[in-house]
Amino acid sequence: MTAKVVTITSGKGGVGKTTAVANLATALAADGKKVVCIDGDIGLRNLDIVLGLENRIVYDVVDVIEGRCRLRQAMIRDKHFEQLFLIPAAQTRDKNAVSPSDMVRVCDELRPDHDFILIDSPAGIERGFRNSIAAADKVLVVTNPEVSAVRDADRVVGILEAEEKYAPALILNRLNPAMVKSHDMLSAADVLDLLAIQLIGIVPEDESVIVGSNRGAPVALEPKSRAGQAFRNIAKRLQGQEVPFLDLDKQDGLWGRLQRLTGGRK
Amino acid sequence: MNATSSTVQIKGLRDSLLVALTGETWEENQSALLTQIDERASFFQGARLVLDIGTQALGVDEMVQLRDLLSERGISLWAVLSESPKTEKTAQLLGLATRLSNKPRVEEKRPSAEPVGEDAALFLSKTLRSGTRIEYPGNVVIFGDVNPGAEVVAEGNVIVWGRVRGVIHAGAKGNRQAIICALDLSATQLRIADEVSATLKPQKNPRPEVASINKDGRLQAELWQPG
Ligand SMILES: Nc1ncnc2c1ncn2[C@@H]1O[C@H](COP(=O)(O)OP(=O)(O)OP(=O)(O)O)[C@@H](O)[C@H]1O
Ligand SMILES: [Mg+2]
Repeated sequence: MTAKVVTITSGKGGVGKTTAVANLATALAADGKKVVCIDGDIGLRNLDIVLGLENRIVYDVVDVIEGRCRLRQAMIRDKHFEQLFLIPAAQTRDKNAVSPSDMVRVCDELRPDHDFILIDSPAGIERGFRNSIAAADKVLVVTNPEVSAVRDADRVVGILEAEEKYAPALILNRLNPAMVKSHDMLSAADVLDLLAIQLIGIVPEDESVIVGSNRGAPVALEPKSRAGQAFRNIAKRLQGQEVPFLDLDKQDGLWGRLQRLTGGRK
Repeated sequence: MNATSSTVQIKGLRDSLLVALTGETWEENQSALLTQIDERASFFQGARLVLDIGTQALGVDEMVQLRDLLSERGISLWAVLSESPKTEKTAQLLGLATRLSNKPRVEEKRPSAEPVGEDAALFLSKTLRSGTRIEYPGNVVIFGDVNPGAEVVAEGNVIVWGRVRGVIHAGAKGNRQAIICALDLSATQLRIADEVSATLKPQKNPRPEVASINKDGRLQAELWQPG
């Protein structure tokens, strides 16, 4: 077994990276995969809260890097899945406590015993971002259908593409089909048209996401949640399966166009 | 003001510091530069830095790391001059200037509206994404889009076989004969010499357009007419 390292990042903050990591990790674990998530947002940790694990933190990733504990000791087991672990970020340190080569070392140590390592990156293109992508085999860029978020995503994609090793793919989060219809929101086609990269999933705006985050129970656990279904589909696509996109919007043959834009690419 | 160490040469420009790094390896250059800065912190504090790194090829990782190290020291990296195409590409991608010519200075020998030779063109076969800045002392041809947040500054003409939604400045040294053409010119802003276009409306069914300065001295875009 050698884990695939997937980093979830964005240009703009608050677009749903942490939500995506928690849900993808949960969905992958539900599919029987061995998964570790690493919170790369040093100083602003919150993946532990979204996973409902904040009370169990003793050590964090900086403790591992600085040798105050062994890797195993910093891995917190999930409440729902035996095979899912979290390595939390340090709350009281800043991003300078970690270097890209530290992240590569930690991931290399985890790779043999896991199927997926998911890294929650801070927003932007500064040091925390460099740390988070250093070990990545694949990078998922999250954006919302908003002009400013898309422009920042474009910047990140440009930087990832220049390095030719991360194969960036897009998660379009918080799409609201009703708002797209009334032309109050960019459509998925508008976003893809500009970013022109592989689309790995579209997640609808869904109140249950917020409820789930506050409760520490990701919506990927809820069979009926639309957003949960979207995250489960992305998890399947990460495992190399072909899953059709959710039919969020049947208007104008737009969906057909979308399928063509992304069809066949994985 | 001039100062020298074995690998770091510093020269004061009007509004920035020009630092030439002449060491063999990048590691050597970077550490020599940081040592200089740390030893003379007050001299460098708040400076706008122009780095000349000769032929060394730098990737995004290295340049970002340097930029971060500098900004931690209160210095902003403003331009990177290099003979390496890779380094130049990296700097453009990070939105850094790659030449010093965009603010013409009095002592510059070149007349400001000198026509650009027809043979000087930069051909780029890619989409320019947000944050990218291309500067070129000649014509620029882009086979791809210019996305919002990207900038092209050319002393000559700019031709885009794609969509323009970023900023384009043709004839940047004052050439009012320069033109901009593209398959779709719904730009956020076009400039030719010192004329600035009003915001153009995005079109439903874009057609190729040519922008130039018309008889009345205004920047205007017209649909391309065959023949
Ligand atoms: N599909 C969705 N529907 C509704 N709310 C959502 C959705 N996705 C995320 N949210 C909410 O948006 C907010 C921001 O999400 P999140 O914390 O995951 O973003 P982030 O990108 O990690 O932010 P930061 O850049 O600060 O780390 C949260 O309150 C989250 O519950
Ligand atoms: Mg987050």
